[in-house]
Amino acid sequence: MIPLEWYLILAAALFCVGAYGVLSRRNGIAILMGIELMLNATNINLVAFRHYLQPAAATGQAFVLSVYAVAAAETVVGLALIVTLWRTHDTVVPEDADLLKG
Amino acid sequence: MLVVTRRNVFHAALFLILSLVGVAGLYVLLEAPLLAAVQLFIYVGGIASLITFAVTLTRDMMNPNVAGRNRQWWAAALVAGALCGVLGLAVMHHDWETTPGPVPEHSITIPSTTLVKSEGFALPFEVTPVLLLVALIGAVTIVRER
Repeated sequence: MIPLEWYLILAAALFCVGAYGVLSRRNGIAILMGIELMLNATNINLVAFRHYLQPAAATGQAFVLSVYAVAAAETVVGLALIVTLWRTHDTVVPEDADLLKG
Repeated sequence: MLVVTRRNVFHAALFLILSLVGVAGLYVLLEAPLLAAVQLFIYVGGIASLITFAVTLTRDMMNPNVAGRNRQWWAAALVAGALCGVLGLAVMHHDWETTPGPVPEHSITIPSTTLVKSEGFALPFEVTPVLLLVALIGAVTIVRER
């Protein structure tokens, strides 16, 4: 039986890798991938807590399912924004989107 | 780890798919087969293919003279490392009161009627399709040719 702490440490490491990706990459698509990693880390935490602390309740899994829905919506809208940015500015770097700078 | 360090975005997307499959394996290990299936469908099937599609649509970062990282990457590494250390310490120092024993059968396979009727998740299940519809319409509106 794997102790709960290992899952939590793995999720923390995954979350930090995702945070590093979000903070350090220039490509917008890579930033979205970092966000996906962070969401997956929180999902691992939720499922691990449900398995070890509240095995009878369905709340953990339901929460993970709603996280899926929100992640899908966020990815779709983010990729649409990036594709539009590519069309109008020929770039996928969010720093180069200076349309509002005047 | 390779997802965030690869310069080539397409390689990063492939490693992202690999790690998502690994998370699905963790769900199987944690006795949540429904979530593992949903993870494979939505993430590996849907989101990953969307990301590779977007990467092929915007083939700009493939040229090697564009930097893959921005100027504050060392600060980002510092912050992420410190966060990882703090989280690890917090996890190790807390005494988790785990309840050993097998997971009940009805909790492993959850029919959706149970969620809606007895657990009171009717409202989130109603709101989720609305959110997805709004995201779909919004994405189509944003990408549409003007």
